[in-house]
Amino acid sequence: MDLTTGPAATPPGAAAPGAGPEAPPVPDDPAALRVVPARHYARWAAAAAVAVLVAQFAHGLATNPVWEWDVFRAYVLSETIVQAVWVTLQLTAYATVLGFLLGTVLAFMRLSRSPVLQTVAWTYVWVFRSIPMIVQLVFWFNLSALYEELGVGIPFGPVFWSVDSNSLIGTIGAAVIGLTLHQAAYAAEVVRGGVVAVDHGQLEAAAALGIPRLRQIRRIVLPQAMRAILPTAGNEIVGLLKGTSVVYVMSIGELFYQAQVIYGRNGRVIPLLLVATAWYVVLTSLLSVAQYYVERRFARGADRTPPPTPLRRARQFVRTLRGAAAQRDRSVVPLRFLGDSR
Amino acid sequence: MSEVMVDVHGVRKSFGPLEVLRGVDLRVRAGEVAVVLGPSGSGKSTLLRTVNHLEKVDGGWVSVDGELIGYRRAGDRLYELKEKEVLRQRTRIGFVFQDFNLFPHLTVVENLVEAPVSALRRPRAQAEETARRLLERVGLADKADAYPRQLSGGQQQRVAIARALALEPKVLLFDEPTSALDPELVGEVLDVIKDLARTGTTMIVVTHEIGFAREVADTVVFMDGGVVVEQGPPAAVLDAPRHERTRAFLSKVL
Repeated sequence: MDLTTGPAATPPGAAAPGAGPEAPPVPDDPAALRVVPARHYARWAAAAAVAVLVAQFAHGLATNPVWEWDVFRAYVLSETIVQAVWVTLQLTAYATVLGFLLGTVLAFMRLSRSPVLQTVAWTYVWVFRSIPMIVQLVFWFNLSALYEELGVGIPFGPVFWSVDSNSLIGTIGAAVIGLTLHQAAYAAEVVRGGVVAVDHGQLEAAAALGIPRLRQIRRIVLPQAMRAILPTAGNEIVGLLKGTSVVYVMSIGELFYQAQVIYGRNGRVIPLLLVATAWYVVLTSLLSVAQYYVERRFARGADRTPPPTPLRRARQFVRTLRGAAAQRDRSVVPLRFLGDSR
Repeated sequence: MSEVMVDVHGVRKSFGPLEVLRGVDLRVRAGEVAVVLGPSGSGKSTLLRTVNHLEKVDGGWVSVDGELIGYRRAGDRLYELKEKEVLRQRTRIGFVFQDFNLFPHLTVVENLVEAPVSALRRPRAQAEETARRLLERVGLADKADAYPRQLSGGQQQRVAIARALALEPKVLLFDEPTSALDPELVGEVLDVIKDLARTGTTMIVVTHEIGFAREVADTVVFMDGGVVVEQGPPAAVLDAPRHERTRAFLSKVL
């Protein structure tokens, strides 16, 4: 039997496939045989069930008067809400940057050879992972009750300079400190996980080349650790973005707090919760897109050929579909997966 | 006779209860190639790693070009060096790993430029020029901007050799440089090492390639059980071994 897979080398006597009801004799060349894709009946049934549920939900969204879409529309882009979104973004940005900076320092302290640094870092993570964020925030809010003044001087001795603790940090400051310290404890473990995942041979090679220690970390270890850090870090940042809603306990005008203030005034609870939800969804979606491209950037050199972006993949999919349609006209279904990029 | 470049004196090293090196002496003169042979677990690699202080010794000492490695001597005491000073010492000792350990996120030329720029503070342009010259020397001038994973194992190891050379070390250490390679790629790496031997680079090569040892070595060192059993010119050690253990090993690998 001829097993070449070249273009239809139909042996004499074998009719072209799909030639009609007079049951053609089976061609010898497997490449000329017609391929019938597997049918997934259960998948179709599941898709139908999901479609019905989605339709029901969408119908409810559109027709149930409780959603009050006119109220939603009135508030979603209102100045108060947009400003509140800005506060939420600021809190997230500060806490992310500061939290990951502190977390990275803590991670390398934990991984250092100094037992002092190791213990300090371990204790920090233990303490700040143990206190619920909301409790910690209220503590910072009430800092002045604990320490009325903060000063610089000799420990247990005279104080040269001091300042009222409330005026030093303020409410937003207290929130940023609280979020940062909480985030740093988690970031430390995320970064440490990534660093530990880097092949030990990389550090040995860097050490054998005499590359200075800090440079080893910055240039050799961290870029490779980023591959393992980023997915979890993405989680953390999204968690933080939504976690900023907790600072409503400190009466800071972020998104959730302002939504509450408004529905406290007008009693339109559901549409205002919807406003907050919509904004949180939009912001996290943007973060997810950013995460995808950052991850891609840090994957340099990890694959022989970098995977295509979703945009390129979509274009390729369309091209494959067209190709498939063209081929089907010739009664041959292509022997590859649709959308397979390789 | 030329001066001693690498001097290993009575080196001992244990990993937990396991004594891997039990008093090893080894002298390699400038321009000489020493090939270390021995069964696995004989301590060859560990010995090599003590020379650039990737392993700290438990006893004895190592010096390279007259400089004590990892310690500073003052009177009758040895002071452990700070990491920074050890790193400086390592820039004079090139090390080539069994599994290459190229930096996968950096291009080939960036791999070569990194250490000269950050450890020796060379200007980047100059380091890049040197890097490209070295790549040409190992026959990979056209791969300068590729990432390591786009290269074959043999090519990666040649890049790793060029990376070690970029620091212009006084001595090159090879830790089984061809053991991770497919058989047909071994030759290209050995050719590069032979070429270096011809140009008078001081080298210590841990390997299983007996043919290479016969062709290139000035001294063959046979290790077993954490000690040097026998050493001498290849003709003596490989063709007329005096020790039973050397004979037994050679009869198995030849």
